[in-house]
Amino acid sequence: MKVKLFLTEAGELSRFTGRFFKQWFRPRYEIAELMRQCYVIGYNSLPLVGLTAFIMGLVLTMQLRPSMVDYGVESQLPAIVGIAIIREIGPVITALIFAGKIGSSIGAELGSMKVTEQIDAMEVSGTNPFKYLVVTRVLAATLMLPVLVLLGDAISLYGSWLGVNIRSTTSFSLFWTQVIDNLSFSDVLPAFIKSYFFGFAVGIIGCYKGYTSSKGTEGVGRSANSAVVVSSVVIFVIDLLAVQVADALGLN
Amino acid sequence: MIAEKEHIAGKETPSPGGNVLVIRNLFKSFGNNHVLADFNLEIQKGESVVVLGKSGSGKSVLIKCIIGLLEPDKGSIEMFGKNIPDLDEQELDEIRAKVGFLFQSNALYDSMTIRENLEFPLRRHWIEVSQDEVNTMVMEALEDVGLEHTVDMMPAELSGGMRKRIALARTLILKPEIILYDEPTTGLDPMTAKGIIELIVEIQKKYNTTSLVISHDMNCVRMASDRVVILVDGRCYASGTFDSLLKNPDPNVKQFFE
Repeated sequence: MKVKLFLTEAGELSRFTGRFFKQWFRPRYEIAELMRQCYVIGYNSLPLVGLTAFIMGLVLTMQLRPSMVDYGVESQLPAIVGIAIIREIGPVITALIFAGKIGSSIGAELGSMKVTEQIDAMEVSGTNPFKYLVVTRVLAATLMLPVLVLLGDAISLYGSWLGVNIRSTTSFSLFWTQVIDNLSFSDVLPAFIKSYFFGFAVGIIGCYKGYTSSKGTEGVGRSANSAVVVSSVVIFVIDLLAVQVADALGLN
Repeated sequence: MIAEKEHIAGKETPSPGGNVLVIRNLFKSFGNNHVLADFNLEIQKGESVVVLGKSGSGKSVLIKCIIGLLEPDKGSIEMFGKNIPDLDEQELDEIRAKVGFLFQSNALYDSMTIRENLEFPLRRHWIEVSQDEVNTMVMEALEDVGLEHTVDMMPAELSGGMRKRIALARTLILKPEIILYDEPTTGLDPMTAKGIIELIVEIQKKYNTTSLVISHDMNCVRMASDRVVILVDGRCYASGTFDSLLKNPDPNVKQFFE
């Protein structure tokens, strides 16, 4: 029974995604609404993403330090932290925070609009609600998450530099040179590309859950909740696929 | 059956305006639940028709089919001479600009101010008006419902009755030729409900709009109707003026008036 439910849901989500691809490049283009959503989804998430990234960088550095000292490679601390943050921790942590903040808010917003007939009202007012609400949010999430990941990585590395300096003294330029020297093109590019997919997943799942909310306020809560749960799981699944694809392409 | 004859008698003397809305042999079902089964209705210009039916009898489904939010299984819905189920998105929008729809839950956009709520249909229907004209239209619509002072407030700050009035103002802003009301008095106290019905009647007189009201509130039916249509088992069971139906001995009709 659960398998059937899962497959039905997956099928519905695929159809919803298909509808997105069919509609997103056709006029009328909701540019003003897209810009507004980029502001709401991207800019407004920055403080939260920045804070978590800063803490992750600092904590990771402090946690790794004893082992690095044991092996006598304390000087490699910036390099190892840099690689960990850029390749994996930055994109995944940012995407998970993003799923928690944006996935739930999209799910709840569209869900409540659905159950209070606001989506129907838009349709009656000469607006394609799918384009106005779904396409703009999914595009905004897809475009904004990579930007947040880049900013988050930078803030995280700053946190890490402070972490290094708790027990020893390293200048920022030395720290920065060590991080950059140890990073290659194949570390940065797959991580950057996969964050587009993370953003897309959060956007489309949030919208799907909200847009298909069943009647009543209970349905709204459930939409918001499952938007976060499903998109978090999907982020890990995409991460798993991304590493295989990058490996197959020789980018690992 | 007696009542249906009254309806036919009504058809013999069409008003000069002609029919604005003609529904023929409309069928709509959800799974095995046949909500509308061979439903027929004609509304003439300037007429105010109330569709009366029990909860779950398919009244809301009917007007959602009329406005194109639901697609009927079979049958035709001709509004201004065009069959709604056959129209593409753009044609449907053109028709919708001439039709007002008052939602049961008001459907005001929570994230927008009252002004933005009222401007939304104007902006979205590609109606070319300057900002000054928009402001005048917004204020005019708010004056019609007596709530000019709420223009910069958010919907959440208003009471249920006020929200209903604002929803009506948003419907009026495009000066629609026909307004569809989905249970306009549901969830309101009797005094507020009476005020809303009076407003509906007043607006109909002022703009000479055609109205189709879905309701099970007898006060609303009595005050707002030129003609009442009773929806039973998915079809138009009886039709006539409020007073004629009041005298109808048919138990299916009588149950509504007891």
